[in-house]
Amino acid sequence: MTLILKTENLNKVYRLGGFMRAKPIQALNEVNITVESDKPVVIAVVGESGSGKTTLAKTLLRLEAPTSGRVIVYDDVVAGPGAIPSRKSFLGLVQPIFQNPFEAFSRYRPVDIYLEETARRVAGMDGEAAEVAVADALKSVGLDYDQVRGKYTAQFSGGELQRISVARALIPNPKLIVADEPVSMIDASRRMIIINLFKRLRDEAGRSFVYITHDLATAYYISDFVAVMNKGRVVEFGPARQVMSDPQHDYTRLLLSSIPTTTSRWRERPRRVANG
Amino acid sequence: MIRLNDLKISYRLGTRTIDAVDGVTLTIPDNCVVGIAGESGSGKSTLMKAIYGDIQSPMYLSRGSIDYGLKGADGSPVTAENVRKEWFKTISYIPQSSMNSLNPVIRIREQFIDFPGTDSNKKRVLERARDYIGKLGLPAEAMDSYPHQLSGGMRQRMMIALATFFQPELIIADEPTTALDVVVQKDILMLLMELQEKMGNTILVVSHDMGVHYQVTHKMLIMYAGRVVEYGDTDSVFADPQHPYTKMLIDSLPTIGDDSMRGVMASQAGAGGDRAYRVEPNLIEVKPGHFVAQPARQKEEVLA
Repeated sequence: MTLILKTENLNKVYRLGGFMRAKPIQALNEVNITVESDKPVVIAVVGESGSGKTTLAKTLLRLEAPTSGRVIVYDDVVAGPGAIPSRKSFLGLVQPIFQNPFEAFSRYRPVDIYLEETARRVAGMDGEAAEVAVADALKSVGLDYDQVRGKYTAQFSGGELQRISVARALIPNPKLIVADEPVSMIDASRRMIIINLFKRLRDEAGRSFVYITHDLATAYYISDFVAVMNKGRVVEFGPARQVMSDPQHDYTRLLLSSIPTTTSRWRERPRRVANG
Repeated sequence: MIRLNDLKISYRLGTRTIDAVDGVTLTIPDNCVVGIAGESGSGKSTLMKAIYGDIQSPMYLSRGSIDYGLKGADGSPVTAENVRKEWFKTISYIPQSSMNSLNPVIRIREQFIDFPGTDSNKKRVLERARDYIGKLGLPAEAMDSYPHQLSGGMRQRMMIALATFFQPELIIADEPTTALDVVVQKDILMLLMELQEKMGNTILVVSHDMGVHYQVTHKMLIMYAGRVVEYGDTDSVFADPQHPYTKMLIDSLPTIGDDSMRGVMASQAGAGGDRAYRVEPNLIEVKPGHFVAQPARQKEEVLA
């Protein structure tokens, strides 16, 4: 068994409001998750807005320092006391994918520059090697370098651009990719392309994912483990199928019953129109 | 009953024109919820704007007409020319990202009495409004707040309150719950359904989410590339979709408890998302009240 992700008593307190009357907001409250597996996994983190899931993602990505506690990814401490000091080696281990790819890349620079810079600065490659790495990464998300070279964000659809951000994240060969709501800005009919890409990268390229979402259906489809968050706490954690088919916590049940499905209705919809 | 007759709506972009809606002929019955689905760029929002009567440059009506079949507040029939006067009274609109559509610098109560032609006695209107938002599950104090003091779900409720306050005959809701999480989304949708049943009016709901459509609509309209692909009773469309694009939309999202997609990898869904469909403007009636764009069936048989 390999330790893929572990959080130890993770806490994050934000202070809101004025200097003297600052109100503490507990965004993460004693979050303890341990994921051990022989194979790479997808860990879904689900919950409502304000449940702390994005704060958890930011902590895993070192964008926010935890108030207390620490995070371990594949035996390396990445956040909290004793964290690996080098930013470069951290970025070689954990890579982000953000919600809105149109905001993740600047509108005024060709997107392939970002891929090349990641190869040079984070993966430490030069010239030709960087070029090859970028081409390989794009190929693994189903794109051709020539389709991307020199183009700006406005020339891509949301789905294509999100695939490019996945390609960028793959370049430094990270073990864990943290994806914060990666499909919520994409057309429903095209979301599965990204979701299936994650699945393929897990099975064929050996990447693990933390998939942050409020879409429980895709979380069920793709994930091996799921953590349900509410008000900064993890209220339920376990193998995805078990949690979603036999939820133990009331909050998990509430979430599951709120999903609009195409199999059963919340209420009868009487058809009052005689002929339409 | 609203009739759309061979509607073509275009945008002028420099020297080019883009036909966002191309040859849509439809009859929308009274007292029902019609769901409109289709991907970004399929012309959903453009069609909604046209029905709302909000046709402004660079958008223009290049062909066709809309018969509203509605009576305005003063009893005269609503036409494409006077529809603007009926906004909020006979026809109202819950815009996309409506959470951000409230005026941020004035209190909610001022937005309630801000409509043109509102009952001149503002005090009485406000009293009724306070009463009304209470029925929609909002605290009366919300009337005296600024929009930023309310949560996303409350702002959305407030938009619904504004849009339904005068009991309009037609409500157009463009992605009314996209930015909300599932728990709040369910509350809002239940509220909309309840209001529609009480008022007996027509609501057009645009959404990406086929689950939302299944929950709230009576009829479904599927659009693709500016044209209608399929139109029929929701139960019929979901149970027996005729067009491959409709099938793809319905099958593309996984459901909890359904393990069939977990194992086999929803490759169809992935591939289908990138496939292009050809949609002809003529609809044929495959079942009573269930229409599909013409060549779809034959084409599919060839494929099979």
